[in-house]
Amino acid sequence: MAEARHQALHHARRYTDIAWLWIRAAWAYPASFVMLAVGNGLITGLDFVGLWIMFAHLNDLGGFSLHEVAFLYGASSLGLGIADTLIGSVERIGTYVRTGRLDQMMTKPVPLLVQVCADQFTLRRLGRITQAAVVFGWAATYVDWTPLRALVALCMVVSGAAVFFGLFVTFSSIQFWTTDASEFANAFTYGGATVAQYPLSIFPREVMVALTFVIPIAFVNWYPALFILGRDDPFEMPSWVQFASPVAAVVTIAVGLLVWRSGVRHYSSTGS
Amino acid sequence: MLYVAIATRAFRRYSTYRAATLAGIFTNSVFGIIYSFAYLALWEASPDAGGYDATDAVTFVWLGQAMLMTIALWGGGSTDDLAERIRTGDVAIDLYRPVGLLGWYLASDLGRAAYHLLTRGLAPTVVGAVLFDINLPATPAAALGFVLALPLAVVVSFAIRFLVACSAFWLLDQSGLKVMSGAFAIFFSGMMLPLVLFPGVLGAVARALPWAAYLQVPADIWLGKRVGVDLLAALGFQALWAAVLLGCCQLVLRAATRKVVVQGG
Repeated sequence: MAEARHQALHHARRYTDIAWLWIRAAWAYPASFVMLAVGNGLITGLDFVGLWIMFAHLNDLGGFSLHEVAFLYGASSLGLGIADTLIGSVERIGTYVRTGRLDQMMTKPVPLLVQVCADQFTLRRLGRITQAAVVFGWAATYVDWTPLRALVALCMVVSGAAVFFGLFVTFSSIQFWTTDASEFANAFTYGGATVAQYPLSIFPREVMVALTFVIPIAFVNWYPALFILGRDDPFEMPSWVQFASPVAAVVTIAVGLLVWRSGVRHYSSTGS
Repeated sequence: MLYVAIATRAFRRYSTYRAATLAGIFTNSVFGIIYSFAYLALWEASPDAGGYDATDAVTFVWLGQAMLMTIALWGGGSTDDLAERIRTGDVAIDLYRPVGLLGWYLASDLGRAAYHLLTRGLAPTVVGAVLFDINLPATPAAALGFVLALPLAVVVSFAIRFLVACSAFWLLDQSGLKVMSGAFAIFFSGMMLPLVLFPGVLGAVARALPWAAYLQVPADIWLGKRVGVDLLAALGFQALWAAVLLGCCQLVLRAATRKVVVQGG
């Protein structure tokens, strides 16, 4: 146990070393760096303005008020933002395979996944996290908080980030087999985050089933938010699933690491 | 003829990435489905929002997914090559060529757009038509108008992306401005939400900005919201922005060319 913890800490330190290197590199173009951060915040910010304009024509969306939708939106965006900042680079694995950089990485005494995730680490995605946190904070002022709800909310954000972490790794690993299909992963990561911006009640039952049992996006915000907001589940799922987000997170990460490992095993260098 | 050759090469270049195209079509379709359900919920609660009905709204979603790559909403296309060549200095070779730089990259981008229209435009539209009820162009005039509006949309988007890429002459790196420009493009083109839903002054401003030429104008033509003289006005709006922005490109290019220093060696 102590051994494993020591090793995890060691990996985390290597990760921060590499990340720090990239932060300093990004400062080489300060104007661009600032605009990237502002631009990223702007994309997500305008995203929320879009939702706001939608509500100018609506009283509720699928039975949920603007505050409740903002809560769902903030939670999902926060989860995605954290995962994306920490390990978003894994999306580029196909490029590393194609250019042969993966071979270089394999010769270094740091686990491959740590290197790939930390590579080209960029703080510009802080724009998204900041914006998501503001929306989440605003929506949270309308919640009737209890200690248990606060605990569930904390679990929701951490598990949400972990679920996206798992999805990023799982679907990016596909690039070990087809190096130029990076966009495939977007359907599940960014697509998942987009679905999660809306109450699941606007989708048909099949979508809810798929997002619970196949791609566990519903655990990112929907189930815990139902509990926190004190809402009845329109699909009448058993109430314990509202507390199951951490389980979904662990399972998704486990699947991600398995797929990653078999991807690395399958990998054979491009050889040039 | 030369420009046709450039466009054909660009078309072929993009067509080599088959897995990427398939993955992209899949992703476009997934987003199309998500937005369709969201809009259906919106229009169920507010059946004539923005003068659209539910079928118009769903059609708008799929037109948006079809246009997304064609107009390179996120940036990218030939202008990304240009920005990279400015950063590395290879642009000096481009400036040597006996062909205008602007025309060269525009032709290349039109070739790319044609490829993306035929693959990532057409395929998701078929998916959308199978899964949802969507409108076809109401009249032959609407269909013809849309066919004319498409290249105009690409040219307006190209001109803006070209200007962004040219910022690399001064900033060395276009990525910051590219992300900001992409954010505005998504919001003001109607990709995020049809501009007809934007209230009051914000709506009026949004519909006058060049980004409206990306999606809102072509979609309105397709949906038969702009007919007769208004159809011509819609196309004129796109053509005007295309001309103004291409003019800006030419000016910026002239200023930038004076900045380029070719190091002998």
